[in-house]
Amino acid sequence: MTSVPASTRVVASTAPRPWGRWGLRVAVASYLGFMILLPLAAVLQRGFADGLTAFWQELTSQTAMDALRLTLLTAAIMAVVNTVMGTLTAYVLVRYDFPGRRWLDGLIDMPFAIPTLVTGVMLVTLYGPQGVIGGFLEARGVSVIFARPGIILALLLVSYPFVIRAVQPVLLEAERSQEEAAHTLGASGWTTFRRVVFPTIRPAVISGGLLAFARALGEFGSIVVVAGNIPGRTLTAPVYIFQQIESENPRGASAMSIILLGLSFALLLALDWWQQRKGLRHV
Amino acid sequence: MSESRDADPAAAPETAPPAPPSAVGPKRGAKRRRPVEWVLIGLVLFYALLLLLGPLASLVWGAFGEGVSRLLAELTTPDAVHALKLTLILSVAATVLNTLLGVTAAWLFVRDDFRGRRFLNAIVDTPFAVSPVIAGFMLILLFGRNGWLAPLADALGIKVVFALPGMLLATMFVSIPFVIREVMPVLEQMGTEQENAAQTLGASGWRTFWRVTLPGIRWGVLYGVSLTFARALGEFGALLVVSGSISGLTETSTLFIFRTLDERNTVAAYGMALVLALLSFSLLMVMEVVKKRTRRTS
Repeated sequence: MTSVPASTRVVASTAPRPWGRWGLRVAVASYLGFMILLPLAAVLQRGFADGLTAFWQELTSQTAMDALRLTLLTAAIMAVVNTVMGTLTAYVLVRYDFPGRRWLDGLIDMPFAIPTLVTGVMLVTLYGPQGVIGGFLEARGVSVIFARPGIILALLLVSYPFVIRAVQPVLLEAERSQEEAAHTLGASGWTTFRRVVFPTIRPAVISGGLLAFARALGEFGSIVVVAGNIPGRTLTAPVYIFQQIESENPRGASAMSIILLGLSFALLLALDWWQQRKGLRHV
Repeated sequence: MSESRDADPAAAPETAPPAPPSAVGPKRGAKRRRPVEWVLIGLVLFYALLLLLGPLASLVWGAFGEGVSRLLAELTTPDAVHALKLTLILSVAATVLNTLLGVTAAWLFVRDDFRGRRFLNAIVDTPFAVSPVIAGFMLILLFGRNGWLAPLADALGIKVVFALPGMLLATMFVSIPFVIREVMPVLEQMGTEQENAAQTLGASGWRTFWRVTLPGIRWGVLYGVSLTFARALGEFGALLVVSGSISGLTETSTLFIFRTLDERNTVAAYGMALVLALLSFSLLMVMEVVKKRTRRTS
């Protein structure tokens, strides 16, 4: 219909039936439009259907604010801990050889493969009041499960691979000669890491951490099992949405959905823009 | 904990005199390890033990805690069998549909050019940024009372919300990006030379795809299929919202776990969780094999 683009040359020689290709285009456009765009539009419409004030009221209710604050706080704590531990894990996996290294390397993707609900159940068995560690802590007055630490623990587990898998390939590719030079010149291990290694992996560390944070904002399966879901104390934003749906308040659910979606889209777009500017990813 | 504790004393005698860094040769493996390295390794293993291995072992322990026969009895109740069957059916259906449409989409994004291509390509990843609860909620808004698509579903006589069609849509939604994102780079890397050759020799577009393109991208497709299937198996949040979880009817394995946990039937909950974990593990291993294959062929 429009100007013939370069890549249609591929089939030009056999005089393709144009409706075949148009059929494919329409199929894919309706697939993605129907599956992705239409649902998003429906949430936006429902959230703002009763006007901005109603939207704002839903969002600024005490329970909603507490839930949003808790989600942001726990996700931030998780991101910091996993960024440090993820960088360390990637470094140790790449630079050192030790018994069990290959096992650990294979195990790292586990949280991506295992359903998040199952991760929640796993954590309850160990850290719950009846669990080995949970029972021990409970006797000393520390509760993990059905309390805030449980939420952080669940987020730590489901986001475990992000930073590691972002940093590992960069470390593997990095030239070791500079590191060795720094070493030979008498720099301590820490100084070498700080001045030579870290600058190379910094973009990967930041991307991994931000991805983990964005992912944690919407986490539901593991948290709903692990947190007690008590409004104002252990109720996170996604569980809040669930409760609003259950209590037939689609407006409240939509308002919180819009905020969460907006936050993660903004984060991912910013990350994308930053990566492109840094030349980490070519379009 | 044991691993890190084992590691430290074992290392202590060897590394007792901390060798000056400059004296340590750059060659890896041949050098003696400094204590700080053992501390770092121990820390990493300890963290992995607390987060990954400990909970996993504890789940196995919990599932078998009251004996194998009790576990088997819980996993063979009609509800449990039905839930597992439903999960498999939904996952297979969602994977097949997402693979067919996903390969088509990937092919169009790489080989074709049309208005809106870049935009469609950009929205493919959105399901990753959407919380599963929100995904289920969006379907309820679309197909529930007064939803935009409710008249359409009514006219077709299909019940979507609290029924299987809605659950299939939810499972599809959360796993849309995998096949597309795995196939696109493989198609790009493959180039169009062979396809052009086939065309010049008179093969039709369809024949070229079957005989040239598909064999070239098969490992990418397979990898995408495994990821899609794994994600579909474990879907929970979206299904919880959209299914109404009616046991024996619209209850999948994850919903079964959630219900039995709530009813304090821990053996059933832990057992089913273990089954799902094992399924995901085997998929992970299939993917490792596929990854090795692709590395060898490229």
